[in-house]
Amino acid sequence: MTDYGQALREGFAYLLKNHPECFTIGQGLWSPWYVGHSMTDLDKEFGRERVIDTPVSELATTGAAVGAALSGKRPIVIHPRVDFFLLAVDQLVNQAAKWRHMFGGQVDVPVVVRAIINRGGEQGAQHSQALHSWFAHVPGLRVVMPSTPADARDLLIAASLGCDPVLFIDDRWLYEQKAELPPVNPALRLAEVKPRIDIEGTDLTLVGCSYSAHLCRLAAAELKTHGISAEVVDLRVINPLDRTVVAGSVRKTGRLLAVDGDWSTCGMAGEIIASVCECVPPGSLKASPRRLTLPDAPAPTSKPLEKAYYFHAEEVVAAAQEILGRK
Amino acid sequence: MQSDAFHLGPLADPGECHGPIDLAGTPASTARAWLRKLIEIRCAEEKIGDEFGRAVIKCPCHLVIGQEAPAVGVAAHIRDGDRVFGAHRSHAHFLALGGSLHHLLAEVLGKDTGCSRGMGGSMHLLDRAHNFHGSVPIVGATVPIATGAALAAKMDGNGAVAVSYLGDGATEEGVFHESLNFASVFKLPVLYVVENNLFSSHLHISLRQPFDSECRHAEAHGVAWQRVDGNDTVAMAAAAGRAIAAARAGQGPQLIEAVTYRWRGHVGHREDNDVGVQRKEGLAEWKKRDPVARLAAAMVAAGQMAETGVAAITVEYRAAVEAAWVQACADPYPSAAALIERVYSTGRAS
Repeated sequence: MTDYGQALREGFAYLLKNHPECFTIGQGLWSPWYVGHSMTDLDKEFGRERVIDTPVSELATTGAAVGAALSGKRPIVIHPRVDFFLLAVDQLVNQAAKWRHMFGGQVDVPVVVRAIINRGGEQGAQHSQALHSWFAHVPGLRVVMPSTPADARDLLIAASLGCDPVLFIDDRWLYEQKAELPPVNPALRLAEVKPRIDIEGTDLTLVGCSYSAHLCRLAAAELKTHGISAEVVDLRVINPLDRTVVAGSVRKTGRLLAVDGDWSTCGMAGEIIASVCECVPPGSLKASPRRLTLPDAPAPTSKPLEKAYYFHAEEVVAAAQEILGRK
Repeated sequence: MQSDAFHLGPLADPGECHGPIDLAGTPASTARAWLRKLIEIRCAEEKIGDEFGRAVIKCPCHLVIGQEAPAVGVAAHIRDGDRVFGAHRSHAHFLALGGSLHHLLAEVLGKDTGCSRGMGGSMHLLDRAHNFHGSVPIVGATVPIATGAALAAKMDGNGAVAVSYLGDGATEEGVFHESLNFASVFKLPVLYVVENNLFSSHLHISLRQPFDSECRHAEAHGVAWQRVDGNDTVAMAAAAGRAIAAARAGQGPQLIEAVTYRWRGHVGHREDNDVGVQRKEGLAEWKKRDPVARLAAAMVAAGQMAETGVAAITVEYRAAVEAAWVQACADPYPSAAALIERVYSTGRAS
């Protein structure tokens, strides 16, 4: 069994071993703890010329990776927290995501920005954000949110070996999840990665990505003990968003709960609900779709407030039961 | 190197540097090639200004008239494999490296035959065949990108360099300082060319910075620097030659401050009528520091060219520009499908 953090490390090791044009760069890459155990000793194994720790300069580091990607390399920039990555947004949103389009489709920008959600532990408002729906809003930027160890490894590899800029967001709350990993499929193309039905069901559809997909799977197992058959869709890639899998599932179940570990307004959960409402005949919905998200407030530090802020599988179960009128 | 990294001194005085430049032994053929390139750029810019004034060209155009020399001086030392990046005022950078008049004019018209397939306009120019890897108008944005191209060049160990063109305004962006520090720490083969034209949009440097020379930032970050009369093509080429040779030799990042002046407003075709800013008095003086006239005067004095030389070359390039313009006007626009098709790669790898 391989846990999510180890799976990420396997992805990096695969890229560094098999693709000399790949390198990683970011703050804390020579530290034993900055990025959990997801990159341990890569610098010792592959050298500090390709596993580069940097000055405290998120924007220049990200821009340098974009420049290297325009120069034949496949860099992966590491931002140990999404919050600090915000200092570098120009280079991903204004530059990398638009570069192909504004230069007439003539240029590949194979840069991956890996930003880590690292929340809880009373870290508060500036050490806890996810913000993935911001980035899913941007054309030209592929946004990847893996929820399983296999996806963590394989989507990282596919992201790096593609031609487009990718924002790869992983959540440290997933790092201890374990699974048996199949061999790497080097031919996997990110453009072909669709949302996946993790659990089949008939009563309602639970949709999430990253840690929220994990909570949906836990909730489906719990709902089953109450005689409720929940279908779970893991989005995996949230931009460009494939809407067909979710819509197909809701056509079958007639009920939708969109779960997202981010804020509600203009968020992924709202996008999922809107997409379903556009695609599914109005008469086929058996209940109003609902979303379960974080409260629209910055993350707190105080322990009881933090407990109130984050939801768990129980809240997913409760919301699903409400949709079904079983509570 | 000058000892004072803080002050431009006489270079900031528009009354200075009006006479012929020092050819410093430049061969006649080289001087002539540079003069021709300066005039080509000026003719192209004058045409773009005219058509902008007639509202035939609509995209924002930041004209380079008056500050053509830095691009020509740097381009003299660029070889295949180098990567040059520009900013919002980059028509000269594009043309000096060998970019075609037709591709430039088609691009500012939004035509599919443009250098960026009609998707970029004046502010997004690309010509990889001539080592120009992109210009963008977000101020300072290509500074770290060029730095990263230099990181790639260092990894490849092939002696290539990266060049980042920026203006004095871009030195006020944090990413400029981050990039110089980064390049210095990693000893990257990158040349930063700061074209200091004393204005950022409508604001004079005295209203934006405590000192008027950008070399102080290089000094602070351990980056080797030179300050040059940016309207002296020969001096500009010499400085670029020294800096690029040092970068190729592994001596780390280099910065050249090219002191120059633009004759038109920040954007558009008009002289000194830019968002209410009047620079008439200074502009008349600055026009006497004309890079074209000063190189030509030196060549005439050296017996390398007849006094009618500039006029003859100008006639030639006006005709070339006109022919390229007629062709660009007749070219097709991008297809509507390009709007979506060019967002993501269709390449096999993704």
